[in-house]
Amino acid sequence: MKTGFYPGCSMKGSAREYSESLLAVAGALGRTLPEVPDWNCCGATAAHNLDPDLALALPARILAAAENVGMEEVLVPCAACYSRLKVTRHELLEDEQLRQRISGLVEADYRGSTEVLNILEWLSRVPELEKHVKKPFQRKVACYYGCLLVRPAGIVKFDRPEDPQTMDLLMRKLGAEPIDWAFKTECCGAGFSVSRTDLVAKLSGHILEDAVSRGAEAMIVACPMCHLNLDMRRPNIEKRAGKKISIPVIYITQALGLAMGLPAKKLGLHRHKVAVKISAANAAAKDI
Amino acid sequence: MARIGVFICHCGENISATVDVKKVAAAAARIPGVAHSVEYKYMCSDPGQQLVKNAIREKNLTGVVVAACSPRMHEPTFRRACAEAGLNPFLCEMANIREHCSWVHEKGDATTEKAVDIVRTLVAKVKKNKALQPIQVPVTKVALVIGGGIAGIQSSLDIANAGHRVILVEREPSIGGHMSQLSETFPTLDCSQCILTPRMVEVAQHPNITLYSYAELESLDGFIGNFKARIRKKARSLDETLCTGCGLCMQKCPTRRIPSEFDAGLGLRPAIYVPFPQAVPNKPVIDREHCTYYRTGKCRLCEKICPTQAIRFDQPDEIVEVDVGAIVLATGFDIKHSDFFPEYGYGRYPDVIDGLQFERLASASGPTLGEMRRPSDGKVPETVVFIACAGSRDPAKGIEYCSKICCMYTAKHAMLYRHKVHGGKPYVFYMDVRAGGKMYEEFVRRAMEEEGVQYVRGRVSRVFERNGKLVVKGADTLLGARPIEIEADLVVLATAAVAQPGAEELAQKLHVSYDTHQFFAEAHPKLRPVETNTAGIFLAGACQAPKDIPESVAQASGAAAKVAALFSQAELVRDPLIAVVDRQAPPVYSSCVGCFLCQSACPYQAIEKEEIRGRDGQLIKTVAKVNPGLCQGCGTCVAFCRTKSIDIQGFSHEQVHAEVLALLNRGERDA
Ligand SMILES: Cc1cc2nc3c(=O)[nH]c(=O)nc-3n(C[C@H](O)[C@H](O)[C@H](O)COP(=O)(O)OP(=O)(O)OC[C@H]3O[C@@H](n4cnc5c(N)ncnc54)[C@H](O)[C@@H]3O)c2cc1C
Ligand code: SF4
Repeated sequence: MKTGFYPGCSMKGSAREYSESLLAVAGALGRTLPEVPDWNCCGATAAHNLDPDLALALPARILAAAENVGMEEVLVPCAACYSRLKVTRHELLEDEQLRQRISGLVEADYRGSTEVLNILEWLSRVPELEKHVKKPFQRKVACYYGCLLVRPAGIVKFDRPEDPQTMDLLMRKLGAEPIDWAFKTECCGAGFSVSRTDLVAKLSGHILEDAVSRGAEAMIVACPMCHLNLDMRRPNIEKRAGKKISIPVIYITQALGLAMGLPAKKLGLHRHKVAVKISAANAAAKDI
Repeated sequence: MARIGVFICHCGENISATVDVKKVAAAAARIPGVAHSVEYKYMCSDPGQQLVKNAIREKNLTGVVVAACSPRMHEPTFRRACAEAGLNPFLCEMANIREHCSWVHEKGDATTEKAVDIVRTLVAKVKKNKALQPIQVPVTKVALVIGGGIAGIQSSLDIANAGHRVILVEREPSIGGHMSQLSETFPTLDCSQCILTPRMVEVAQHPNITLYSYAELESLDGFIGNFKARIRKKARSLDETLCTGCGLCMQKCPTRRIPSEFDAGLGLRPAIYVPFPQAVPNKPVIDREHCTYYRTGKCRLCEKICPTQAIRFDQPDEIVEVDVGAIVLATGFDIKHSDFFPEYGYGRYPDVIDGLQFERLASASGPTLGEMRRPSDGKVPETVVFIACAGSRDPAKGIEYCSKICCMYTAKHAMLYRHKVHGGKPYVFYMDVRAGGKMYEEFVRRAMEEEGVQYVRGRVSRVFERNGKLVVKGADTLLGARPIEIEADLVVLATAAVAQPGAEELAQKLHVSYDTHQFFAEAHPKLRPVETNTAGIFLAGACQAPKDIPESVAQASGAAAKVAALFSQAELVRDPLIAVVDRQAPPVYSSCVGCFLCQSACPYQAIEKEEIRGRDGQLIKTVAKVNPGLCQGCGTCVAFCRTKSIDIQGFSHEQVHAEVLALLNRGERDA
């Protein structure tokens, strides 16, 4: 199975550590993740607000590029990019005329053979993942999925939209104890991160407070946007809440890397705003 | 020489909007053997039928083809018209150019051509039709009613009061159905048990009604007027003739912590039990799955205590065979339980309950004796949130339809709560309130305006537990989609009403159709709402679709009237569209070689052996013979017969062959 990798903009910028930890983990698992050649922006939130054709054309070009070099699936770790690629694939395959028109626009034909995978799907397919665990992640964790991994349910057809389980199962394999909570798919504020930080402070604040009140020691995420809001916007959240909230926010790939015994530096843990007080040699120690 | 009349119907615009009916009539007139061809707006109307009758008489027709709707719809109508004009009704055929043509194609020449082709095949067939005589069958004037909820009870009483015998089969230990679980009923708030139990007693005492409770239908054979039902009487583990219903056994049974089905899991019952004190019959059953004796081989306390020695631990199930002429299906409905909803906690929170559980909490005979106390800790809830449309009207959950009863019972629940907890705060989240029915809107208005129930128009996205409270997150769409959070002590889900578990299996046993949601299907959604597509089987109550009590009772009486009408005839007339085995003059007698493959193939056991004997009584040949009373005309034997000795009357090899040829040779013939 030839699997390609679509980083998108965030994995090269604000979420560098997500990319670093993913590639470190993939290397340790003996997998290569070649980037989709000559990839472009997925359109993000901007394109589908402005121009429906553009919103489909940008991801279509990416998919066509992957298909042309024989990639059977593309791993899209950013949940927002994943959503755009997945929705585009769905719409083009539903409507042959549309597919032809969009292919014409980008001068590249996407025939639909290349599948789109999110990070949780990719990790779930690793056989006997638990065998790679050297330092069990013995922590209570809050698995936070955000909105885009599981929605729209009819299109992504991934996990239960109201109460997903995939990340919980993965974390269990790493030795962690996922908490049972109701904010798994609540909104973090998403793109309002820039324009309405007050809203983000409120929504992300609710998420963190609930996780903490149920005894979670770390937030586990699989989306750069969620990470940004829960981590980088922590000062705004704390200001609104009027108290310190020190729970770290860790990408699932970082958690896996720690459990596999990879050094914290390689996993980019030092890049977070909220300190992750974990020594690479001692992931299991209770010193977060 | 054949003289066929072709009558083409516009069906208003149903056909004529896509098919050029004038062209069809002209083309039909050119088919050899057609002596008359006309079109008309509504052929099934009185003047339309008159056209057919007049043509038969004036043109001396030998066969009729009506090109119109499905034979399911109007074949009986036109066959009757032909008979009235003196033509054997089986010389009339329907060419279905509506369901098979105009409804499924767009307007155009090809569609018109297809209609002509359909007419052509039927003309070819009708030329080979033979005059047939209907079959007369006797009627067994006993009705079988399956399901003893309010609908089954009402049907049984009505049929019994019309003077016919009724066998009522109920799966549970007592009759009563869901109505027996309800506290008070909308829109009048009268006590459910008080109006129901007198009817239950009437059933038990009626000389015309035989009640088999704790029993189920095992299998059904036969046809309208002549069904044979096998009923499994599950072992109660006691001798009913000895049991006096004193209840001592239930008091002494040491195995007492079994969740009570009647109390929707909120109360407990012993292993030997009646579901509720007013049960009919008032005789307990032993729940063998939980009984200590059946599980460990020790106990038998009830046997020791029973003053009449009625307990029978080794009692087997019993199969009873009955002959019945008609069947009323009244097996009711079920509701989705709270564990169906991930967003509301998957049944993890004991204080997120469903509507039936609320009924039991509000009922004077319930686990709290009618006091409003929540299941988890017995606290009186200060704030209660009711969520309407939990699952209903939600294609994502696979339940697209409106459950119909929940808007009303939710208003009732909120009101009952206010009556019991005066300072309590009830909220109702709803999509829109559906309260069509006599005094229904007024009832809901009363809840909103006089009883202080807060109605919030919006959906609830999530219910979760925080600091001992249930947090209900939703939106108020009338206040600009403002998100709201309510901290509740109890949450009541008006969960979707769904088909009974086992409905599909039962329908298959009875050869009754059902819809995608396993509700039994009526023969026509508007004009035949109480009949099924299987003659002699009728529907009553919520087994057809969610219904409230008034509707269930009305339909139950409708079904009873249908049964009474059927039983008013001494004999039934059946279409003779059944299999026949070839018979010829000596010396061949029959082309049947007596292999009897057909016998093993026939699903209705309709094939018998017949010995053909000479004048001297010597056996010449043993051949197959079809019992006309049992044969359903399915044609399975025809496919199996190696010598082509069996034919279905009205669908003979010759007729079907003629139809195929007519299609193959189109164009050549009527060029
Ligand atoms: C929470 C709630 C509150 C309600 N409140 C009201 C109200 O206030 N007013 C109102 O008018 N309506 C109310 N209803 C609706 C009412 O319950 C129904 O209209 C009524 O029960 C329908 O009667 P039924 O006989 O068709 O079905 P059921 O009551 O479901 O009875 C069916 C019977 O058939 C039996 N059965 C099932 N399968 C088989 C089988 N295979 N063989 C033999 N027997 C079988 C069952 O055991 C049961 O006894 C309420 C419903 C709910 C859920
Ligand atoms: S009756 Fe009311 S609550 Fe029930 S499904 Fe229909 S609209 Fe929703």
